[in-house]
Amino acid sequence: MRQRPIPEPVLRDLAERAAAAGLSRRSFLGLLGAAGGAAALAACGKGSTTADIRWGNWPLYLDVDDAGNTHPTLDRFVDTSGLSVDYMEDVEDCDDFFAKVRGRLAKGRDIGYDVVTLTDWMAERWVRQGYTQKMDRAAMPNTKNLMKSLASADYDKDRSHTVPWQAGLSGIAWRWDKVPGGLKDFNDLWDPKYKGHVEVLTEFTSTLALALWANGVDPSSEWGDDEFSTALEDIAKQRRSGQIRSLKGNSIMEDMVTGDAWVTVAYSGDIFQKNQEEKKNPKDPDLLGFAVPESGGVIWADHFMVPKASTALENVQKLIDFYYDPVVAAEVAAYVNYITPVVGAREAMEKVAPELVDDPLIFPDEEILAKCPLVRGFSADEYVDYTDRFLAELTST
Amino acid sequence: MSLLAGLGGGGAGTAAAPKTQARSGHHWWLVGPGLVYLVLFFVLPVGVMLVTSLYVRQTGAEVGDYTPALHWQNYGVALESFWRQLVRSLGFAGVATLVALAIGYPMAYAIAVRARHRKLLQGLLLVLVIAPFFTSFILRTIAWKQILADDAPVVHLLKAVHVLPPDGRLTATSFVVVCGLVYNFLPFMVLPIYANLERLDPRMLEAGADLYASPFTTFRKVTFPLSMPGVVSGTLLVFIPASGDYVNSSLLGNPDTVMIGQVVDQRFTKLLDYPTAASLSAILMVIILALVITYVRRSGTEELL
Repeated sequence: MRQRPIPEPVLRDLAERAAAAGLSRRSFLGLLGAAGGAAALAACGKGSTTADIRWGNWPLYLDVDDAGNTHPTLDRFVDTSGLSVDYMEDVEDCDDFFAKVRGRLAKGRDIGYDVVTLTDWMAERWVRQGYTQKMDRAAMPNTKNLMKSLASADYDKDRSHTVPWQAGLSGIAWRWDKVPGGLKDFNDLWDPKYKGHVEVLTEFTSTLALALWANGVDPSSEWGDDEFSTALEDIAKQRRSGQIRSLKGNSIMEDMVTGDAWVTVAYSGDIFQKNQEEKKNPKDPDLLGFAVPESGGVIWADHFMVPKASTALENVQKLIDFYYDPVVAAEVAAYVNYITPVVGAREAMEKVAPELVDDPLIFPDEEILAKCPLVRGFSADEYVDYTDRFLAELTST
Repeated sequence: MSLLAGLGGGGAGTAAAPKTQARSGHHWWLVGPGLVYLVLFFVLPVGVMLVTSLYVRQTGAEVGDYTPALHWQNYGVALESFWRQLVRSLGFAGVATLVALAIGYPMAYAIAVRARHRKLLQGLLLVLVIAPFFTSFILRTIAWKQILADDAPVVHLLKAVHVLPPDGRLTATSFVVVCGLVYNFLPFMVLPIYANLERLDPRMLEAGADLYASPFTTFRKVTFPLSMPGVVSGTLLVFIPASGDYVNSSLLGNPDTVMIGQVVDQRFTKLLDYPTAASLSAILMVIILALVITYVRRSGTEELL
């Protein structure tokens, strides 16, 4: 869900291929330097290291110390559990990551990771295909702290295959200087004042879900083709009239900073991070505002999953249990600034980073969470059909 | 390879290889590595692409799972759905090529002919042409995006002098996408023409003048025809990558400027729709090949191919 752009696609591609071969980015670069491309090629297809847990995660998605070298919570886990962890920031994009591992995954072979953290719709695909192992929730007593709105999904009722790692909300965002009063509802995006300065996410599960809500349809309910078509047409109309300037992925944040986009559909965590980045002085006012539309928003999450061929299920369960300790969860949340799925982390945050306790982007209150369900699950046919129509209708005219 | 010959001055001198060498068999050693490389990294992938373009998705199959088939209809569906983006890509690339030629030819002429006797200046100008390559293409395009943003000085200035209407903008327009294409591919136009004009014999121009041709006529009848191999290489080097480009339009454009490369990228990565992505790529390849062959035939420089 969070795609952090690496500017050089060739390098990124190489790094990803190396990652597919089980090399961490650092060892990949080391290899290139030390032995040249031939060694890197020869290493293709080999398994990963022999660590007790091989964790594939998104970049910047785990706390690091001030020097930026170590992950304090992970180091503590290693110390207390005695298990070694190979932590690899290999997930840049769910689709890319899936394309990389799916061959081995489908054949039931080791993919080089014992645990990966992927977004809802991709997690759903993995569970549907039987690519994941069933975890024992009883062996992870801390997971009783899992927040209510994520406790169950259509594709995994008891969260035994997928345990949330971090979550976020999709809602509406604005630039305070252009929209001093802020936005209240999804349809506020269509105010003629903002014509040509509206941008929405290309991800249909976010943008379309908000449009469904605006029509009074709960995106977590069993809506069908009619509801989809109506919501799609609502957005397409704004696109055709020029009200919507563009549909984008993560670059929406850049466009908000440059002033091309004033009002957008966005992820809560991105708004928080951009606000921090843009402040020269901690006391400066926020550049951007974020709200869950009055009609409703959606929550999404990236989930821990254990690939079928991993032999480290028990070790991974220990890892997950460790991260469901509210204090640990608060430490992670203080760094990554997404929504932690761990109940009790807010209280723990009093000690970790008191200034974040009252931030609604990190700890949304119950009232907001109640308006943000998970989008319903999709069959493969539905997913293909909806994505196809959404992209065809909105991103290529 | 043949384009490089064009870079080297029209390939006039390269055709006459001594016959004795051709018979010795050594040439296989010379050509071998290139051939292996081409087969491995060009012929095979194109083959895979063509096969993939005929795959079909069964109802109920997982996202990205396809069954081998001879589903020719993929091509029809792809063309029907995305002909606009295809036409737009060729249009953008064509305009970008013409603009690049209009800007690039005088540049190349100035560097190759006018600065001929001032080697330092010539070197400096050449470095300036190549300098953009020192930073990533993507980074430069992102920089453009920021420079041309709605709140940036360029837009404010253009509005102040009424070039842009009050609610006008530069990013998310076709105009800027084409400008981006021109900017990013301009060196590919300048360098081949430069390499060609650099060899221009000034005595030819004197001869033109001696025969009472005006400078313009000399240019039209002597300089330009002599530089044709460079012009053809340059236009091809700009047109071909520009028509498949997706970076400029993704970063500088919006849904109204979507080019075919973006569609392929989106089908491939977002939808795992490999058959459509492959058939669109195949269609683009065929169109470009046909255009290039016609163009080279017309411009009378077959020796380039």
